[in-house]
Amino acid sequence: MRILRHREALLGLAILVLLVIVAARFPAFIRPASLVNVLNDTSPLILLAIGQMIVILTKCIDLSVAASLALCGMVAALLNGAGVPLPLVLLASVILGGALGAVNGLLVWKLAIPSIVVTLGTMTIYRGSIFLMTNGAWVNAHQMTDSFKAFPRTILLGLPVMSWIALAAIAFFAIVLTRTPLGRAFYAVGGNPHAAVYTGLDVGRTQFWAFVISGALAGLTGYLWVARFAVAYVDVARGFELDVVAACVIGGIAIAGGAGTIFGAVLGALFLGVIKNALPVVGISPFWQMAISGSAIVLAVVFNAAQRRQKGRIILKQVDAP
Amino acid sequence: MTPPPRFIPDRLQSRAARALRSWETILVAVAIAIFITNSFMSPFFLNAWNLSDATFNFTEKAMIAFAMAMLIIAGEIDLSVASIIALASTAMGLAMQAGAGVPVLVLAGMGTGLICGAVNGFLVAGLGLPSIVVTIGTLSLFRGIAFIVLGDKAFTGYPPEFAFFGQGYVWWVFSFELVLFAVLAVIYWVLLHRTSFGRAVYAIGNNATAAQFSGIRVARVRFILFLMTGLMSGIAAVCLTSRLGSTRPSIATGWELEVVTMVVLGGVSILGGAGSIPGVVLAAFIMGMVTFGFGLLNVPGIVMSIFLGVLLISVIALPRLFRRG
Amino acid sequence: MPPVLSLRGISKSFPGVKALQDVQLDLYQGQVTALIGENGAGKSTIVKVLTGIYQPDAGTITLDGKSVRFPTAQSATRAGVTAIHQETVLFDELSVAENIWLGHAPRTRLGLLDWRSIREGARRLLAEIGSDLDPDQRLGDLGIASKHLVAIARALSTDARVVILDEPTAALSHKEIHELYDLVETLKAKGKAILFISHKFDEIYHIADRYTVFRDGQFVGEGAISDVTEGQLVHMMVGRSVDQIFPSRARNIGDPVLTVAGYNHPTEFADIGFTLHRGEILGFYGLVGAGRSELMQALFGITRPSKGAVRIGADIRVIRSTHDAIAAGIVYVPEDRGKQGAIRALPIFQNITLPSLSRTSRAGFLRLAREFKLARDYTQRLDLRAAALDQELGLLSGGNQQKVVIAKWLAMRPRVIILDEPTKGIDIGSKAAVHEFMAELAAEGLAVIMVSSEIPEVLGMSDRVIVMREGRIIDEVTGERMTPETLVRAAAGISEAA
Repeated sequence: MRILRHREALLGLAILVLLVIVAARFPAFIRPASLVNVLNDTSPLILLAIGQMIVILTKCIDLSVAASLALCGMVAALLNGAGVPLPLVLLASVILGGALGAVNGLLVWKLAIPSIVVTLGTMTIYRGSIFLMTNGAWVNAHQMTDSFKAFPRTILLGLPVMSWIALAAIAFFAIVLTRTPLGRAFYAVGGNPHAAVYTGLDVGRTQFWAFVISGALAGLTGYLWVARFAVAYVDVARGFELDVVAACVIGGIAIAGGAGTIFGAVLGALFLGVIKNALPVVGISPFWQMAISGSAIVLAVVFNAAQRRQKGRIILKQVDAP
Repeated sequence: MTPPPRFIPDRLQSRAARALRSWETILVAVAIAIFITNSFMSPFFLNAWNLSDATFNFTEKAMIAFAMAMLIIAGEIDLSVASIIALASTAMGLAMQAGAGVPVLVLAGMGTGLICGAVNGFLVAGLGLPSIVVTIGTLSLFRGIAFIVLGDKAFTGYPPEFAFFGQGYVWWVFSFELVLFAVLAVIYWVLLHRTSFGRAVYAIGNNATAAQFSGIRVARVRFILFLMTGLMSGIAAVCLTSRLGSTRPSIATGWELEVVTMVVLGGVSILGGAGSIPGVVLAAFIMGMVTFGFGLLNVPGIVMSIFLGVLLISVIALPRLFRRG
Repeated sequence: MPPVLSLRGISKSFPGVKALQDVQLDLYQGQVTALIGENGAGKSTIVKVLTGIYQPDAGTITLDGKSVRFPTAQSATRAGVTAIHQETVLFDELSVAENIWLGHAPRTRLGLLDWRSIREGARRLLAEIGSDLDPDQRLGDLGIASKHLVAIARALSTDARVVILDEPTAALSHKEIHELYDLVETLKAKGKAILFISHKFDEIYHIADRYTVFRDGQFVGEGAISDVTEGQLVHMMVGRSVDQIFPSRARNIGDPVLTVAGYNHPTEFADIGFTLHRGEILGFYGLVGAGRSELMQALFGITRPSKGAVRIGADIRVIRSTHDAIAAGIVYVPEDRGKQGAIRALPIFQNITLPSLSRTSRAGFLRLAREFKLARDYTQRLDLRAAALDQELGLLSGGNQQKVVIAKWLAMRPRVIILDEPTKGIDIGSKAAVHEFMAELAAEGLAVIMVSSEIPEVLGMSDRVIVMREGRIIDEVTGERMTPETLVRAAAGISEAA
């Protein structure tokens, strides 16, 4: 825990340094309005990173999040077009996302299929379903009601609703992860599945819930994404699952499971978000974005490994443990 | 030890008996079924030229799948293969602009593949990092470099002789790619199933520590395997670039997942330690025929990807469901 | 006094194996019952039945006179049955306090975990067993002995009536074992019924009040430990009396084969120097964690020494990898057979030929007929019991797997063979076979190093014994000094053995 806390401080520092470097030449970048914009822009990544982090804690991976997001977003847009009131649309996206996650979870739990295979498969199935539903047609801004589009952008106490939702999710899942038995089970199951069985934890069932959470968050984000960009189509957020995994890796979530904190995942997402928003400001082509996140992932993995390596029994200077 | 040592036979069941119950046998049955269905569904299916055309939609992926199969059997994975294609293709484009001839273009593609493989290999085998995260990182990095070079532009205007690799025919309906695929299949079959290197790959995939304790140079084997997936991606890049006649940074997007699907469908355990090259060859044919058959019926590509997703999960799920009885 | 926990007629089968057949077991309040049996006798199966991991096919479990069932691990814990395993199974990434309370932690009125009570409760429970571990410490940073303390505190936190100690001393030092004995006394005084599983007779006599013996999944007998001799227990375990345990052999020691001088490692060992001769069995004794395995793994090229030299015959060799070691004629049969020795999913013959592939293959191409011949030659020498050479290694018993690992190295025709705890966790029959075989090897002129923590084995097999402590060679024991007392004193440091 202590090392990890240390690690998050480092990542926070890295983000600060990044902001200072950018601000040194472009002070406008760190104006509150601009920072709010960065946070808002990063909110979808934060929401998905929280879900992905929980899945990774349990020694799994969810590659289907971006596809679930796109499918739920499309369903939200179609429901809206059919005249369903907004609260129900929101609820439906979350429930559908949870159900898609449950499908992943059931395959992992009941059939013990490795999660990477399951979510690789469902990723294409979920995205393909959008095509089946719409025959490839887009749902454009003029086909959406104003309230549907306005909700995530509504400003409440200086922040858009989308940012508030991300902040609420951070707070809620911080409590779930540190203060509830299920939250601790995620850590236990991923840290030592063998011991978890002896402790009376059901490894598969715990993984199942991780996938449900990840799916539900993807569903919620699906609505927010489609409403914010005011368009829904088959390829929404294609490839976004890799950014989400990247945020977790940069945030120090151990890919082997059992270690990491929600603040790490959030900082990892913010790190990527700051870079993405700073690039156009500094005048670097957005085409650099992909290579930079790639390098950040590789560096983060090297860094994580270097930190974890300084362990192991040392015999020579051994003093008998108390 | 009083009684004389007891005799232990080499094999419990004959090789034929074992083969009959293998995954590959199921794949052969599936392949035949699809073949027959396709020929009933469309009158255009049973045509040598049409069938030959159809092979293009799996040959390039299958080349990578051979190397990927060995890598996955050894307990690692390389998700950056499609990005290596993008970078290798970009390197070829740059070489073409510098006025390079066809041999240099080919070397640029293969060389870039090898370098990318060496980067992955160094990070995984040299530094001991988990391959799944490393290659998710290099996936972004390699394609990211292609995007930096090309932005939203494309390289076009490859020399006409260069078209041979992706469009040429060696003899009758047999394209260069199909012949290359067949040659590589034999090479990889020998390498995995008939050499001590292949044996080391299985040993590492089953228990890397015990393999090291048996004198196997585990890091070296892993490094070579990453070089091989890099090289195969480079070769695939040559073929694909030649076939398309252009390079865009988004070339071959999503192929990594199709390659992994092909490997897993071919019976390679995603957890490492088991699998075979004939299985991967069969999986390549099955995926190719499904794509082709759907194409003849005018089913869009994305629907086919649903079918492949269902196929991937069900081939793993069904045996497990039945075992539960 | 009626037993707290009573098992009757318990049976459990797996495909092809009857793990338990109609066995019984009684545990009494405030008493330690030792469960004794060879590997494969059904000890670990009964533990899994008691902790709700396995469901018995037949039989009854009675707790305080009431019939109970444990469909899940949780239900066993709730009923008051807790197990502490040999390699304590807890969570390295979680704190000490959380490890104690996971699964039954105190909650606040809102239903959230009450971290303050968790921490305070942990401190109180640890204090009860005389420990001042910091509840906030990460478990992974603790040694095995401290982890046992946490596991016992966990048992107390569930108000367990029945505590199962499954080979708890397997990885403990001499001093730590005695601290564990004190702890067991504390648990007895608290009225817990304790099931103690161990292979070590001295421990059983030291700590147990009663015994129960299983053999081949069947109940053999039970009674008070004071009414039975060691010989009788062994007889019950194996169904025959084991008179001659160690093979006698002619000592025929030749020229030096391996000379190690000034061997150092930055963290694991220092100033190591010794000479090994042809035909000699050199024992390495020490407590767990004395650096013996680390030294042997450095000699085998797994880890690299910081300085020092190795001479094989007349040549100085630098060993940087297992490949170098094998080329120099040094081979190593590791202690952890499951992780380091056996590749369970591969066939027997492939396990055996793995290091020999450069000899059996031509230009890198395999020649299966040669592989089968090599495998057959060496498995027959070791009297392996298997259905076929292409059978998966994992299907064999532990003893037969060990034979395959040894065969793998003999097929390399080495000059020096290092056996690290060669008989750990294998049944008595296989144990004798391995001992006999070691003697044969030495008689043929091979130089043998045997690392062992079992004093009878070290004394019975070795020509000479080197004792290590905290990464250094403390003593070299030969001739008449080869007594248990000398070894224990040297290994533990004289003050502790006093």
